[in-house]
Amino acid sequence: MNTKEKYALAEEVINHALNSGAQQASAAIDESVSSEIEIRDQKIDKLTQSNRNGLTINLYVDNKYSSNSTSRLKKDELFRFIDEAIAATRYLAEDQYRSLPDQKLYYKGGGIDLNTCDLNIASIDTKTKIEIATQVLNEAYRKDERIITVSSGYADSIGNRVLVTSNGFKGDTASSNTTLYASVSVRTDKGRPSDYWAESALFFDKLKKTDIGKKALERTLQKIAPQKIRSGKYTMVVENRAAENLLYPLYSALQGYSLYQKQSFLIGKSDRTIASKIMTVTDDPLIPSGAASRLFDGEGLAAVSRPIIEDGILRNYFIDTYYGKKLGMAPTSGGSSNMVFRLGPRDLEGMVRSLKKGIVVTGFNGGNCNGSTGDFSYGIEGYLVENGTIVHPVNEMNITGNMNQIFLSLVEAGNDIIEGNSNLVPSLMFEAVDFSGI
Amino acid sequence: MKLQRRDFIRISGIGAAGSLILPPFLHSCKDPALSGQAADYLDHFEVTTDLLRKVIGAAMSKGGDYADLYFEHTTSNYSNLQDGSVNQASSNVGYGVGIRVLKGDQTGFAYTENITPDAMLNAANTAASIANGTGKQVTAGFTEYVSPNLYPVITPWEDTSVKEKIPFLDRVNEKVFGADKRVTKVNASVSDSTSYILFYNSGGRLAWDYRPLAYLSVTCVMEQNGRIENFRVASSSRQGSEFLTNDLVDRLAEEAVEKVSILFDATKPKAGEMEVVMSSGESGILLHEAIGHAFEADFNRKKTSIFTDKFGKKVAESFVTIVDDGTLRSDRGSLNFDDEGNPTENTVIVDKGILSSYLHDRISADYYKVKSTGNGRRQSFRHIPIPRMRCTRMENGPHKKEEIIESVKNGIYVSSFSNGQVNIGAGDFTFFVKAGYLIENGKLTRPIKDINIIGNGPQALADIVMAADDSRLDDGTWMCGKDGQSVPVTMGLPTVKIKKLTVGGINA
Repeated sequence: MNTKEKYALAEEVINHALNSGAQQASAAIDESVSSEIEIRDQKIDKLTQSNRNGLTINLYVDNKYSSNSTSRLKKDELFRFIDEAIAATRYLAEDQYRSLPDQKLYYKGGGIDLNTCDLNIASIDTKTKIEIATQVLNEAYRKDERIITVSSGYADSIGNRVLVTSNGFKGDTASSNTTLYASVSVRTDKGRPSDYWAESALFFDKLKKTDIGKKALERTLQKIAPQKIRSGKYTMVVENRAAENLLYPLYSALQGYSLYQKQSFLIGKSDRTIASKIMTVTDDPLIPSGAASRLFDGEGLAAVSRPIIEDGILRNYFIDTYYGKKLGMAPTSGGSSNMVFRLGPRDLEGMVRSLKKGIVVTGFNGGNCNGSTGDFSYGIEGYLVENGTIVHPVNEMNITGNMNQIFLSLVEAGNDIIEGNSNLVPSLMFEAVDFSGI
Repeated sequence: MKLQRRDFIRISGIGAAGSLILPPFLHSCKDPALSGQAADYLDHFEVTTDLLRKVIGAAMSKGGDYADLYFEHTTSNYSNLQDGSVNQASSNVGYGVGIRVLKGDQTGFAYTENITPDAMLNAANTAASIANGTGKQVTAGFTEYVSPNLYPVITPWEDTSVKEKIPFLDRVNEKVFGADKRVTKVNASVSDSTSYILFYNSGGRLAWDYRPLAYLSVTCVMEQNGRIENFRVASSSRQGSEFLTNDLVDRLAEEAVEKVSILFDATKPKAGEMEVVMSSGESGILLHEAIGHAFEADFNRKKTSIFTDKFGKKVAESFVTIVDDGTLRSDRGSLNFDDEGNPTENTVIVDKGILSSYLHDRISADYYKVKSTGNGRRQSFRHIPIPRMRCTRMENGPHKKEEIIESVKNGIYVSSFSNGQVNIGAGDFTFFVKAGYLIENGKLTRPIKDINIIGNGPQALADIVMAADDSRLDDGTWMCGKDGQSVPVTMGLPTVKIKKLTVGGINA
């Protein structure tokens, strides 16, 4: 189906829903094509290709609501699907807060081209993909006698979506992604540590294609012979690549759902200090070629750049139409886009050099956060730093604390974001974090 | 399960019970060589024996060693109670075929959601390209695989409308709010899915399955003196809608309230290494993370698992026997056959302390020259099968729960978990403790909550120093993730004591 045909089908199913008893409806048609190649020790391990289609229709029937999706897009079947869904929706309880968004908040066209889709991806042949993945692999393959195995891979995808609502919204988006990665395992006296490195970009030409296998190998070798150290409060530096994991509980606590269902530790914290002064985070959907850039969100609401945290003060939650009504708040958007951190003066290396004693966390291992209270505890791996130099790798340790406190102890943000990510977060330094070890 | 004619292509399971039905039957194409059941499944997917042969032929056309077709039609429904009423529902239909070709240990894979001859042949040709030679002509026959019936269904979810689920969800709300004045929010949901599976491979095996899966979950939020705590409990099973009973609702409602209540008194333990007693049941997460993944044979044939060189060696005390079982009746992790058409079994992976088997799929079984253990599983037709766990559990040990707790001077007892993880090669594994107790001088004292525990897999397995005679399965909604694929699993454990694990906590 081309875009025009998708619009036509979306409109037809909406009309069918309205004629069959729904007062409002929205329909989205998604399509994605993706391919993946994995190479292990210079031999192709996996070649996969997928082509996915789906239609989702949200129905508003006599103040009742349901959401229904299917991968079977034949028109007569879709009509039956909708008839059944409407019949089922009538059994539900009424919910006065359910409706499509206020038309005034919709994106109405005329926005800049965000340039988020590389249509050329479709024409890259398998041979080229194998070649670049092999190059990446060869950067590490047989480069150290302890190596057990090296894998590398290339993956890409192109997706598009058409969204139509019965109260006047029409819009389509397209996006692409390319990734190259390598992972290395080594044999040691104490286990078989492994690590990986990956690069990704929206555009194939912008994808970094070198130093991936090399970095994967370096990171793996750096993990050999880890030691657990004594439990205590240490300064913690979280490497940029791992830092977003600490932010997920925070972003989740900002959701309308979490606030209303009392599964947020940020209830009632609007315009209050929740983090140290150096923390400023903006949700910016309008960055040209940004990984999560968009002109409108999943409901059709026009995308707006908003401060989330300004100098440590909470400025905005993520509120969709439904929870906006329930909470009596103006909708912002139900989900984040590009989360942009205000940068500090130095990169990870700079921070490490000035560290008297502390632990650099390069990865998390399990753990969780209690959404209602903010209590968290995570497994970590990384290395111990003393007087600005790396002493040895550490693993099998945990950090434990509370989300309401840890961001108050943020003392430095780096300048080293990872381009091409939607979370544009640099390495972060926190003081006096509880580590458990020996 | 025998297909009911009226069940063909149910468009949405939340529809009024008994409504009909696409596509037309293909009586004309029935192969007299097939049994009635096999023919019904072919009809369901609108394919014929000729077409299956043709697609396998295309898949093998470039010299592949093996090919399989995995047809799936899954209808899922979700009904949710929040803020006092069942006011939202969703449904999903997934339908398609995954085509896989193996050349040695190399995999080519493609799928299509469009089960037409052209689309299937196209996908088969894509998957075939993992091999780059010339294939020999393949004329696979048809050998029907008659599987056991591990998950009999009384009332199919397809015949159960949301109207019939609502009273159970309303009852959850009433029971939870009625149990404690501190309750401020109740979320409850019923999720069910029904899958029709048709499998055919280049060896001629034809198998079919009808797979139900459901859960009921309850999240309770309470407030006390300005503090908010929550807890989620759930039960899952491969049953029809007879799964929903008032008894089940009452058990989960009571459990949810009880578990949140304890949290208001909970503290965090002191950070560091200590003895850890794991309760029976849910604590099976220990096996899943500490050893289960590292026993999956793909990691071992690639030599990246910390257990790679441990086959046949002593890895635990002699009272430790651990199995991975795919044959438990109505269990969430059970399958009549795995997603590669192989029978599932009860695989003993640690036999009286000795590592006795890895968990195999077709590729690793070939590599190790053993029979597949039936652990080849996939999230859906859109994914390739890989070795996965089913129900991983430990048999009874020689001790008593009481003597285990009494043996601990300073440690913790853990009983509720939300998630875990493992690094296969380094062996570090973790699990997150939602609730438990401090053990002081042989007695359970203050509740604890929200801490992560980390250990090393082989070490923790060797450090199981006591095990009780109270092994129990957990019926929670465990979802296991690997290589971007999720599959349902279960787990079980008797009460055990681990000599030493690193416990998240506070430093003075």
